[in-house]
Amino acid sequence: MNLGVNSMSVTTSSASWKSGDAVSDQFPAGLRVLVVDDDPTCLRILEKMLRNCRYEVTTCGRAEVALKLLRDNKDGFDVVISDVHMPDMDGFKLLERVGLEMDLPVIMMSADDSKSVVMKGVTHGACDYLIKPVRMEALKNIWQHVVRKKKNEWKEKDAEQSGSVEEGDRQQKPTDDVDYSSSANEGNWRNSRKRKEEEDDGDDKDDSSTLKKPRVVWSVELHQQFVTAVNQLGIDKAVPKKILELMNVPGLTRENVASHLQKYRLYLRRLSGQPQNGLGNSFLGPQDSGFGSISSLNGLDLQAYASSGQIPAQSLASIQAAALGRVTNKSGISVPIVDQHNIFSFDNPNMRFLDGQQHHSNGKQVNLLHGIPTNMDSKQLAALHQSGQPFGNTLMNVHSQSGQSNSLLTQMVQPQSRTQMLNEVGGNPVLNFPSSVGQPGLSQPIPGSVFSRFGMDNNVRPLTYKSLSQPTSVVEFSRSQGMELSGNSIPLTSNSGIPSYTSKGTTLQEEVNSEIKGSRGFLPNFDAFNELSQNRTDTWDLQNVGSTFETPQHSNVQSRLDVPPSVLVQPAFASDHRNGHLRTTSVNKAAFSTATSLGNGTNFGQQLTPSHADSSLRIKTERLPDMGFQNSLFPDQLGQDDLMSTLLKQQQDGLAPVENEFGFDEYQLDNLPV
Amino acid sequence: MERQAAYLRNALFDQGYLDEQFLQLEDLQDETNPHFVEEVVKLFYTDSVRLIQSIELTLKNTPRDFEKLDKIMHQFKGSSTSIGAKKVKKECTQFQEYCNVGNVEGCIREFQEVKQEHAALKRKLENYFQVFHVVHVACKRSSLSHLHNDYSDAK
Repeated sequence: MNLGVNSMSVTTSSASWKSGDAVSDQFPAGLRVLVVDDDPTCLRILEKMLRNCRYEVTTCGRAEVALKLLRDNKDGFDVVISDVHMPDMDGFKLLERVGLEMDLPVIMMSADDSKSVVMKGVTHGACDYLIKPVRMEALKNIWQHVVRKKKNEWKEKDAEQSGSVEEGDRQQKPTDDVDYSSSANEGNWRNSRKRKEEEDDGDDKDDSSTLKKPRVVWSVELHQQFVTAVNQLGIDKAVPKKILELMNVPGLTRENVASHLQKYRLYLRRLSGQPQNGLGNSFLGPQDSGFGSISSLNGLDLQAYASSGQIPAQSLASIQAAALGRVTNKSGISVPIVDQHNIFSFDNPNMRFLDGQQHHSNGKQVNLLHGIPTNMDSKQLAALHQSGQPFGNTLMNVHSQSGQSNSLLTQMVQPQSRTQMLNEVGGNPVLNFPSSVGQPGLSQPIPGSVFSRFGMDNNVRPLTYKSLSQPTSVVEFSRSQGMELSGNSIPLTSNSGIPSYTSKGTTLQEEVNSEIKGSRGFLPNFDAFNELSQNRTDTWDLQNVGSTFETPQHSNVQSRLDVPPSVLVQPAFASDHRNGHLRTTSVNKAAFSTATSLGNGTNFGQQLTPSHADSSLRIKTERLPDMGFQNSLFPDQLGQDDLMSTLLKQQQDGLAPVENEFGFDEYQLDNLPV
Repeated sequence: MERQAAYLRNALFDQGYLDEQFLQLEDLQDETNPHFVEEVVKLFYTDSVRLIQSIELTLKNTPRDFEKLDKIMHQFKGSSTSIGAKKVKKECTQFQEYCNVGNVEGCIREFQEVKQEHAALKRKLENYFQVFHVVHVACKRSSLSHLHNDYSDAK
């Protein structure tokens, strides 16, 4: 029956399209796949392979045609597989569009297995990255991406629903934060995911109301409308209901507005006098370049960030506030959920960092946090945050430091190429990871590229992730910073993280063990990538937990702790570095973020197969002075400990004594999987 | 005849013309698509012609656009890889290396190698498929004749 068979005209763009009737009852058989590749030979082979997997295949020789097909049949496909190098449109662009418009899992493939390209895939939000020639085995498992994505969507949905109840409340309390975070998370994810393509905002908005997932994408436009409405009403008098009316956006609910308002308020508070708008605007600008990739990454609130620009402050504030509350949430959510969740959780912790950072003005490279003064920086951070997660803030901070490219990573938070990263990362850690890339977990680690960017250490060695899914943005992050976000290696978890990456295929566990020192943290995640992502997540969670604990313990370490989270998160990592100061407060966050990041990391890891543990791992090793106790805390998380310690160490270098304030303890308790 | 087909096929592997990817293609071949491999190979050769022509043209233009050459070659290499054309792939990689360092002479020379390997493989595969066809048809016939005999016997 395959209509596709006829259209397989390899050279033409025709694509047989199947009606969307195909159900996934006999899942995975009947999975509706759209394959896009300009090479007719490859296309034919892929088609045959997929048919042999009993999937329903539609082939397409050109990206434009593919987009049209997707647009015309909104629910007609479950997953998209696309080549990277195509004559009429860059594969990554297609990836972005699909992610924004249709929110489908996209798998990239190419004969090119260089790190940078794989990284790009990750940052752009690909679920997976396959190296050509593609083997049958690789295609057999693509259904997991669909499932994972759906799972995340449901989670978001639930979170949003529960979160909306609390609307309008100021979150100072943890409870509020919790709600906030959940709804924020969803919104953030969505935002970050869509942020990349602002032009598609319109579609997004409509879609969000009609789609089964109640996610709201806070695109730049949308946010601008929001801000306008708020300003009209007066920030003190702005209530969700009125804002909603003023905005007059179909499909937007009061809950969405309320949660967004919370974030916004925090952000404003955070700014304390900084011209919010200015930030926002500038933020958006620079972000685009960097963020683009990130946002796609995680579906994080990147958009939120970008749009609000101001968010950084807000996010920070909210994050902090929420951090406590959120942390608990996050931990719960972070790991298992799709990357996005993780990201989200990270954000919170990161947020804290950010705040701290901001106060601290690190002379060092990043000061993203400090960044607020730097408009650009803060914006970036904000962007980062957004994209990364609701937390976004932390990311943002990180980003600002690292510069635009970081934003992409948002999660990665590369920001500081230098050691700062570690410190600073603290803030970001949270953010980074979630990027698991917005897209449905890239379960297939990309063999080649690893995100080395993260370079947690001062060395800023680019961590090479083997993340299949989204290689892109992550890498970019670290680059800008100079620091390498050990994104890959979320030091915490996989100490060996970095090294493990190289091992690529090793499971997270292995990585963790090996890493323990290296705080590579990330690696484990990546490995997981190869394996079932689910497994990884678990590992990750554990690790995260471990890491978080540790943070509270060390006051000094805190700084490091931050790092770990960031490490995991990737971008967050960078923030740790920078944040020397952040650490103190963010330590908790860091811990938190680390935990979350760990969780995310796993997700991420799963996707990525870190091939090089490079830099990220380094961070861990360097720093971990305090890790010692951590180890005791979580024996299984040794890896994490190392990460933590590494992070901590790094932080120590750059940081000032951190104060653990906030709810770190709280967090620990909650987060501990114990 | 069957033995000849098998021999030809194995020789291709032994001599390094084909790699595991070709095996993947063979695995995809079944009763519903009995000539899948041949179909794909034909597809490759048809499509690769235009890529080769494109490289020829680009090589003639001065100054040499190495980036473009690399890009086209990347596509060509990807295609070759997907059918398991091992030697061709190797030459492609070499060509790309020359591109990276901007070695014009090297590129031109290497491109000749690429074309040679490309053509050589084509001949060998054509040869193989011919034999394969004969074998395939013979098999079908023999199975058909079996049926026929049974039928007539039954009568």
